[in-house]
Amino acid sequence: MYKYNEFDEAFLAERNAQFRAQVERRIDGSLTEDEFKPLRLMNGVYLQLHAYMLRVAVPYGTLNSAQMRTLALLAEKWDKGYGHFTTRQNIQYNWPKLRDIPDMLDALGEAGLHAIQTSGNTIRNTTADHFAGAAADELTDPRPYAELIRQWSTDHPEFQFLGRKFKIAITGSSNDRAVIMAHDVGLQVVEQDGKTGFRVVVGGGLGRTPMIGQVLREFLPQADLLPYLESVLTVYNVLGRRDNKYKARIKITVSENGIDTYRAMTEEAFMAIRGQYDGTDQQQLEEIKTHFQAPEFRSGSTETFDTAYANDPVFRAWADTNLAEHRKGDHAIVTISIKAHGATPGDATAEQMRVMADLGEQYAYNELRISHQQNVILPHVHKNDLPAIHATLKANGLATANIGLISDIIACPGMDYCALATARSIPVAQEIASRFDDLKMEHDIGHLQIKISGCINACGHHHVAHIGILGLDRAGVENYQITLGGDATETAAIGTRTGPGFAYDEIVPAVERIVEVYMAQREGPEETFLETYRRIGMEPFKAALYPEAQKKVA
Amino acid sequence: MARAFTPKVITANDLLEGDVIYFTADDSWTRDIEQAELITDEAVAPLRLLDAEKQNIRIVGAYLADAKAGPNGPEPTHFREDFRRTGPSNYFHGKQEAEANV
Repeated sequence: MYKYNEFDEAFLAERNAQFRAQVERRIDGSLTEDEFKPLRLMNGVYLQLHAYMLRVAVPYGTLNSAQMRTLALLAEKWDKGYGHFTTRQNIQYNWPKLRDIPDMLDALGEAGLHAIQTSGNTIRNTTADHFAGAAADELTDPRPYAELIRQWSTDHPEFQFLGRKFKIAITGSSNDRAVIMAHDVGLQVVEQDGKTGFRVVVGGGLGRTPMIGQVLREFLPQADLLPYLESVLTVYNVLGRRDNKYKARIKITVSENGIDTYRAMTEEAFMAIRGQYDGTDQQQLEEIKTHFQAPEFRSGSTETFDTAYANDPVFRAWADTNLAEHRKGDHAIVTISIKAHGATPGDATAEQMRVMADLGEQYAYNELRISHQQNVILPHVHKNDLPAIHATLKANGLATANIGLISDIIACPGMDYCALATARSIPVAQEIASRFDDLKMEHDIGHLQIKISGCINACGHHHVAHIGILGLDRAGVENYQITLGGDATETAAIGTRTGPGFAYDEIVPAVERIVEVYMAQREGPEETFLETYRRIGMEPFKAALYPEAQKKVA
Repeated sequence: MARAFTPKVITANDLLEGDVIYFTADDSWTRDIEQAELITDEAVAPLRLLDAEKQNIRIVGAYLADAKAGPNGPEPTHFREDFRRTGPSNYFHGKQEAEANV
């Protein structure tokens, strides 16, 4: 795991001191809000509905236990005792006071964390597969490349004032767990002729104009990563529209100009830029890679795990849903659900963060991950430790066995917090999760992803949900549109809208009707919701959602 | 025919705390919407907003929000302003928490 060097520490200390002075100047009136706002945004500070919000990056989702404890400290000391993990591997604090934020940033800096470029029109936190370095299906750990991108992009003078925010995601597996197809730039580590490189996808994104990315390069040699990314960004910075902020994303630039034009311009820029890279970045990459060596995995029988799995149905249910295959057969990847039924998706209390930090230290080689699905991962766990981990999680309200199930909902903060939102997301997620828990159906339903956004900006990724829910304001009333058939994986797809939206008190029954159609129509428990939808299409779901419309047609 | 003017209150966020505040008839700020000035004259509203914005050292993002007269003072007419008046619906935080601790 990357550890800051003296340069990193000095840079961060200087940056935090600079922001502290800016806060003081705002408070004493030397800076107006118009002058201060871009400065605070460059340091992750928003002003939301009820309070300030500080967004902290968890680079490529990786944390050690000490860093998780620092996140807990911030929650406890300067917030209301909890933090909210987001869909871009950040954590947000919803209640800080302006005067306290410099102290929060200093505490983060001491732990090797920061909030730089978590907002503003710049390159945001580069996200990665949350199973990176651990997954059985992985070709290469993508995190050293993500760290290289972070070091290159942080305070890069050319990319501090882009047309809009810019999001990069990277995976080292063919199974896409990083949603690379719905990012401004998606990178997949691939091999060609025995050499490591990248498949480069551009122009994906959600928001008001959802698009799946297109392949810009099938194979980019590893050594060309930064000059090629710089070329992609340079073309976007020049060609991207600035007359309309809704059209200032690379997806629009690629769409309006065509992928071939974008590719030609990128290659031309690349020819000019590549010569400026003298190999220092590759030396830096080699140094970074030394920080991402796999831990010394312990070996041994898995008898304790096998016995618990055979004899304890509660443990077995949790293991069946919350474990993933590790590249070492006697290890597992544990996903800790922070989606207890009826709880706010992605929220963890300071106490829970400390429990997870302790588990990471004791059982997971001092590593934790944050997933874009708003859960926490212990990436490397020997199977014999799983019963003890499960017992601890259970004692702390963290053992919900629902990963990938209907209650494992991604939900943006919505109008409960967000100044941009037009409707609430959180209570809808809470009610859906509680409803299907009451029905005791979710394990029968199987893999089904619901994602909810409280506005058209789609922070809840609703476009790529199996069942997507978009909250809008319709004549002063919350109204929820449904999309079906979205897919966030390597077979990415944008969901299709079912029809008119539903009132707040109608949305949970509507979801229930959709699920009933699936349960009635599926060919067996092994056929997932998405597979059934792709087989039978939209009409049976529409018939269930809008029976009155069907009667009129008849 | 011109559309009837919807009464307004002026609201903003407090610079230091970040919480929701309202402009009063005596040019001060309150955390309670019921103590806010209800502006019923369309011509007066932008002028009062300018008065509020003069205090930008203490406040952030002042704007005019639709409101109506209630038995105890102004009340919000839109659900967004209603959430700002109370706090989030997932936790008992924000103004609802502060009021409970009075």
